[in-house]
Amino acid sequence: MEMPKPNPVVMSKRARVLTRLAEILPSEGLIVDEAERRAYECDALTAYRCLPLAVALPSTTDEVSNMLRVCHEEGVPVVPRGAGTSLAGGALPTEDSIILGVARLRDVVEVNYPDRYIRVQTGMTNLAVTGEVEDDGFFYAPDPSSQLACAIAGNIAMNSGGAHCLKYGVTTNNLLGVTMVMMDGSVVELGGAHLDAAGYDLLGLICGSEGQLGIVTEATLRILPKPEGARPVLMGFDSNEVAGECVSDIIKAGVLPVAIEFMDRPCIRACEDFAKAGYPDCEALLIVEVEGSEAEIDEQLGLIKQIAHHHNPVELRESQSEEESKKIWLGRKSAFGAMGQINDYMCLDGTIPVSSLPFVLRRISEMSKEFGLDVANVFHAGDGNMHPLILFDANKPGDLERCEAFGAEILKLCVDAGGCLTGEHGVGIEKRDLMNVQYAPADLEAQMQVKDVFDPRWLLNPAKVFPLDVSAARRAA
Amino acid sequence: MRPATEEELSDIVKAARGPLVVRGGGTRVVGRPVIGDMLETGALSGISLYEPGALTLVARAGTPMAEVETALASEGQRLPFEPLDMRALMGLQGEPTVGGMVAANASGPRRVQAGACRDSLIGVRFVDGAGTIIKNGGRVMKNVTGYDLVKLMAGSWGTLGVLTECAFKLLPVPEAEATLLSDSKTPAEAVALMSQALGTPYEVNGAARGEDGRVALRIEGFAQQVAYRRDALMTALGGDWEVLETETSKDHWRGIRDVTAFAGREGHVWRISVKPSDAPQIVARAECPVVMDWGGGLVWALCSDGDDLRSRLGALDGHATLIRGSEATRASLPVFQPEAAPIAALAQGLRARFDPRGILNPGLMG
Repeated sequence: MEMPKPNPVVMSKRARVLTRLAEILPSEGLIVDEAERRAYECDALTAYRCLPLAVALPSTTDEVSNMLRVCHEEGVPVVPRGAGTSLAGGALPTEDSIILGVARLRDVVEVNYPDRYIRVQTGMTNLAVTGEVEDDGFFYAPDPSSQLACAIAGNIAMNSGGAHCLKYGVTTNNLLGVTMVMMDGSVVELGGAHLDAAGYDLLGLICGSEGQLGIVTEATLRILPKPEGARPVLMGFDSNEVAGECVSDIIKAGVLPVAIEFMDRPCIRACEDFAKAGYPDCEALLIVEVEGSEAEIDEQLGLIKQIAHHHNPVELRESQSEEESKKIWLGRKSAFGAMGQINDYMCLDGTIPVSSLPFVLRRISEMSKEFGLDVANVFHAGDGNMHPLILFDANKPGDLERCEAFGAEILKLCVDAGGCLTGEHGVGIEKRDLMNVQYAPADLEAQMQVKDVFDPRWLLNPAKVFPLDVSAARRAA
Repeated sequence: MRPATEEELSDIVKAARGPLVVRGGGTRVVGRPVIGDMLETGALSGISLYEPGALTLVARAGTPMAEVETALASEGQRLPFEPLDMRALMGLQGEPTVGGMVAANASGPRRVQAGACRDSLIGVRFVDGAGTIIKNGGRVMKNVTGYDLVKLMAGSWGTLGVLTECAFKLLPVPEAEATLLSDSKTPAEAVALMSQALGTPYEVNGAARGEDGRVALRIEGFAQQVAYRRDALMTALGGDWEVLETETSKDHWRGIRDVTAFAGREGHVWRISVKPSDAPQIVARAECPVVMDWGGGLVWALCSDGDDLRSRLGALDGHATLIRGSEATRASLPVFQPEAAPIAALAQGLRARFDPRGILNPGLMG
């Protein structure tokens, strides 16, 4: 993976920039020591590391503004960082960049139940937002698997989804307003507590812009009343294809579960060993969850089980208790961690039309043989958001490169099937050089024009999202 | 001018020497009046892809909404956001189109639960002001590949590009619906009631107060589910309710959706988006007939001609749009909420990039 060469001008004025930052940030808000900076050299895409110039951890919007103004004046690139859980390298620094972490922006600003929103500083974790309101019967819907650790800032930057977004949508559908600091230090308010911001949908534009347009320091998030109850059902099948067909049939039938999750054998085993969720021994497993009162759940699961029966499931089991449901979900949400304990892996995130699931799964297993690398599949089947995990051995020379080549082929397959490179993890550096597969030059130019408007000097997270050769002229300007 | 292909459209835009008035079905004539050559999208028509099993539909921008709705109904599906048909309200004829709906980000009562048009829009193709053909998003439900220009195009009223194709995610039409109808409530009582209802787990997906003050709450789902939720909701809220079953319920919400209360009546119509708890004060200041939707978050107000309602509302934590007004009023009053200077600068910057010659509906949004 290529990263731009550090700008020698920036490198040469490190001392001056750090002195200026020390004047505006409290001592605990600025990390210059090399050993401490190490903690910020990568995110969850650990194959790539780079030590940043320094790390700033502001605790107010004003501090963010002051810090960005200095970086803007000095022409220093800034790499925003939520909790560092990006699987796409979204928070990977360059040598000449300063990391802007939001970890100290953790306050709840306002909770409003009659109008159903919460306003928080964006360093707050995803799960903590729900934690703030759940005793009063509400929750924040987007639930990425990393929700215990990941920050709202990163959720907004990547437009994060999760298992339950089949019903509740992703971050952009649950974001009402933000306070955002522009690269030049100016502070703007977008949206608010009302629905649909005025004028152009700038809120929609910054959500998913991977920290390239501005730094969101506060966010107003829609909260929803918790359902009366929820219950998952486990369905085991003897092939991936059959499970894929069952998903398509459930969706066609007019039942809309809150989640349809898919795991294949390698994943089922790893998760079972890790979480003891009681998963059946089979080739492919679906976790289908519905919500409502007991009677409503029975009615919906009845329909879903009827559909499943047409596909000869080897196992069909409803959760019998709250505790069992928790275990079932713990198993699913630990999938990446569990796989990580037994293998190095690269996690992909391509999304395809649900109707193409059986075909794409078959092709991936054929390609797995061609490349000589195993693949485990765990993903949000209801919305076609795949997560193939390519297993490799980082200590074996050439394995990482082979894995990346295989990954690129899978993503091209997703695009060919009518899908896209990334459904919820973002482009980052990981899929940056594949953007040409999905978009024509004019499509990328249109997107880069947006960055020109928000960050004319291309200082915010500049080496991400767009292929380096495509963005070269702008970054050099 | 009425191009039949994206390429023809691109050539027309490239060759344009002056302003173009971008027009779908001409049923949502909103904004500052634009003078220029008419550019119609009606010949860019037809559903290009409909996959019920993937809950997705892709249609060219000029496709009549009626055609889309018929196709979806045949598979028991629908657009989640319940787009309003503005013809009666605006007193206009014509066929609403897919592109016009998206350009207006037109969303109805279900917006409160299912999101706006922009939330169901998953892909667009458009021709920008330089004549360049651009695509963004695609036809899958989750997509974070690059910037989300899809949302930017929704609600941009043809000022950043001329839409040629739009992709949507869909939902199945539930088996049944029911509406609870209260007696007349004050705006404050109505908002409190609607907030309470929307805070229950019974998935209320319509919460409106008619001009007559009656509050309507809608539930949809499987038949047994609707019966259960209807009863549970009445118990939770207390008071007396009239129950409208599926067909009458549908009629009631069509009326709310299309603001038929103000159709054919003298005066200007404003559309105000606020947080629901601010709505009673807005209504009090407006001193005119109102319909409240979105649990109070959307206020439709019928004012006398030329009345600058926005200035009478004072500081507004939200926005007010003059939806129906005479040409003279729309030329003299800002139709869209004036923006804070830094936001206006961003909007201007985007316009300058996407329409460098300023020829696409110039000035329409102010």
